[in-house]
Amino acid sequence: MTRFFIVISAFFALISPAQAGTEIKEVTSPGGIKAWLVEEPSIPFTALELRFQGGGSLDRPGKRGAINLMTATIEEGAGDLDAQGFAVARDELAASFGFDVNRDALSVSARFLSENRDEAIALLRTALVSPRFEQDAIDRVREQILSGLRSDANDPNTAAIIALNTLSYGSHPYATRLDGTIESVSALVRDDVVNAFRDVVVKDRVFIGAAGDISAEELGQLLDDLLGDLPKGGAPLPSAVDLQLTGGVTVEDFPVPQAVTLFAHDGIPRDDPDFFPAFLANEIFGGSGLQSRLSQEVREERGLTYGIGSFLVNSDHSSMVMGQFATANSRVSEAIDVIRDEWQQIASEGVTPEELEDAKTYLTGAYPLRFDSNASIARILVGMQLDGLPIDYIDTRNDKVNAVTLDDVKRVAERLYRADDLRFVVVGQPEGVENVN
Amino acid sequence: MRLASAVFAGLVGLFSAPTLASEVTTFELENGLEVVVVENRRAPVVVHMVWYRVGAADEPPGQSGIAHFLEHLMFKATDELASGEFSETVNRNGGSDNAFTAADYTGYFQRIASDRLELVMRMEASRMDGLALVPEDIATERDVVIEERNQRIENDPGALFNEQMRAAQYLNHPYAIPIIGWKHEAEALSLEDANAFYKAHYGPNNAILVVAGDADPDEVRALAEKYYGVIPANPDIVERERGQEPPQLVERRLNYADPRIGNDYVIRSYLAPERDSGAQEDAAALTLLAEVLGGSPTTSVLAQKLQFESQGSVFTSAWYSGQSLDDTTFGLVNVPVPGTSLEDAEAALDQAIAEFMEDGVDPDKLARIKSQIRASEIYALDNVRSLANRYGSGLTSGLTVADIQAWPDILQAVTEDDIMAAATRIFDKRKSVVGFVRTAEETTQ
Repeated sequence: MTRFFIVISAFFALISPAQAGTEIKEVTSPGGIKAWLVEEPSIPFTALELRFQGGGSLDRPGKRGAINLMTATIEEGAGDLDAQGFAVARDELAASFGFDVNRDALSVSARFLSENRDEAIALLRTALVSPRFEQDAIDRVREQILSGLRSDANDPNTAAIIALNTLSYGSHPYATRLDGTIESVSALVRDDVVNAFRDVVVKDRVFIGAAGDISAEELGQLLDDLLGDLPKGGAPLPSAVDLQLTGGVTVEDFPVPQAVTLFAHDGIPRDDPDFFPAFLANEIFGGSGLQSRLSQEVREERGLTYGIGSFLVNSDHSSMVMGQFATANSRVSEAIDVIRDEWQQIASEGVTPEELEDAKTYLTGAYPLRFDSNASIARILVGMQLDGLPIDYIDTRNDKVNAVTLDDVKRVAERLYRADDLRFVVVGQPEGVENVN
Repeated sequence: MRLASAVFAGLVGLFSAPTLASEVTTFELENGLEVVVVENRRAPVVVHMVWYRVGAADEPPGQSGIAHFLEHLMFKATDELASGEFSETVNRNGGSDNAFTAADYTGYFQRIASDRLELVMRMEASRMDGLALVPEDIATERDVVIEERNQRIENDPGALFNEQMRAAQYLNHPYAIPIIGWKHEAEALSLEDANAFYKAHYGPNNAILVVAGDADPDEVRALAEKYYGVIPANPDIVERERGQEPPQLVERRLNYADPRIGNDYVIRSYLAPERDSGAQEDAAALTLLAEVLGGSPTTSVLAQKLQFESQGSVFTSAWYSGQSLDDTTFGLVNVPVPGTSLEDAEAALDQAIAEFMEDGVDPDKLARIKSQIRASEIYALDNVRSLANRYGSGLTSGLTVADIQAWPDILQAVTEDDIMAAATRIFDKRKSVVGFVRTAEETTQ
């Protein structure tokens, strides 16, 4: 029971870094693998983050869910070890390896103690170089995924995301869930899993961040040991999205007392010269905490929801501005009206000098607080690389925030917030809300 | 159990218990405020928390949800701060803040640059005795809480069932009542209820201050004296006196059906002893029992028997949370593969437990778990807030600093026999609730 619900933002690298003392080194291994490192010897372990670009969007035609199934099966037996043998070995080392995949990257998150680092890396290497993908492991993991899909079928949050993505992305891989469907996952065979691995886990698509008790030289050697034998290549990366989303309202009937609503239209690319003004505008409009306009108007003034936020969602192949809230079916209509009015107002009037000043002090002050653990530093380092940011970005980021003027925000808000283009997707049984196309 | 290859064998127990990089200092102010400083200088960040020894289990009858509702209202006006000013000020200074309510405690925290510690301390002290609620705060925030309940509970059939199960587990103790409150009672909470609860439970003599991160104990002491030290002890603090459980003599069986359930499952919970100050051994044995039975999705007893050997289950788990002021629970769950009846799933679960009681604890498995616990003490140093939580939640759940610091060693001292003895005591069906949770074609409303 916390006071407010923090809606997860897809925005990690931006609302992150910086502090004197966070010195990032670029490491190139003897074998030519590059990584960013923050050395932090005070606690005897290292956090290592790998990202294989492409992720779940590289599924072959008709094989939706293969990469997700593959990712969940990597650790279920590798080299000489079956699934249980691998888990025993990992647990004996007290290491942890996490494998996950999103629409832009497959991630490996590893944590290992200094005193058995070599053994932990040797074990992780077997998973990345010679996973077994045995039929019984695939079948067992598949049942777990199917069980998750059956639960998700009753989850209004999942239904809302599926509906919005279907409306937005046309024939692009982003249009469908990377988990696949019960039908597509049920039909996958071992070859599909093996192909998925070859398509994604390749040496020339990996980005690496590390933080902890390890030197640059040690990290270089570790990376060659870990990744040196990976093949190159991989499946072709997807093309840019041609966003199909139009203004209107989509209602999806769902038997829940509280409707879940997403609202979105196209956003602003991460490398757009006006990205920072947009970032400030969004922080004021629907950013973290209860001070945002959306939180004030929808939650604090009217008590319509427990949490509402808006985000600039920048993926590799699309950018959107998006928001989310949940409210009782009887009150959805009122909340949508409030959001539309606010959307219109920031577009026509921009923000106040006080709002801009408060957002700047918040964002610049919060930035260094992100660098407080090896795990978060390693994630930030790899996120920066995926976003194509320079290694000195941390030193200049707050200056970029501070350089944004009131006129910048006004100009960009007018471009970014277009109430007529806004699509609301409502999953529930909202009263007085009709489909509008 | 299949064995690891030789390369990885034999490493258990190599790494030593960590030398703690976090120094812990404790002291108490004259007005009764307990202070814990966890020094960890990794980043120029400090976590400032105030924990009150009051939670949802301390609510007056008929006012379920008042502890949590008051937690929301604590962000409104005080005699020094306007409504919302607390969070606005924290935000403007680059910090973040939030609060949480549990059955045994209510906590408020800020995470902020360490040179702003004084600022948040001044504001937090202001709402320790100066909350100044007005009627306008009530109705809107109550709507927010109802939407929170909708989001967390009403929209989630599993959460709805958990409420029913907990209500069946506790015959007399207020742990039976949901933290967020029963909907009909939460909807009716008033300004008077909130003020009365505040006056009965808030004050320095019912609170624990935890400051963790880049903080010097002497400076914390000086600041705490300046801001909290001037608040008089609240003479009206009400002792926590909860109705305790009578002997539980009969198993309770619940059948729950909801069309929104995606996967049928069987779940069982047993009334269990909690960690008691100076006597944490039984709880330590139960903690390791839960790990052995259901801690790992791959190598735990239930996973091995039900997911790998018989392949009758998609997911299994066992859990136990020892930190609790009063009796807690030990739980088991089995999600069978589709097409299996829940009667068969329960029988399979019981069979697995019966075999475990026959076979005992695999010493290698126990050694691995203990190694992981030792290592977790190293990894824990990477997360200042979780270190702070350890002290705040422990001290509000009847433990002392010495108990909290002794816990890792007590876990290491647990033997295979201790675990089996704990298992023999805990698996008493008379103290259990069994839930069959399944999808229904139609709602019965």
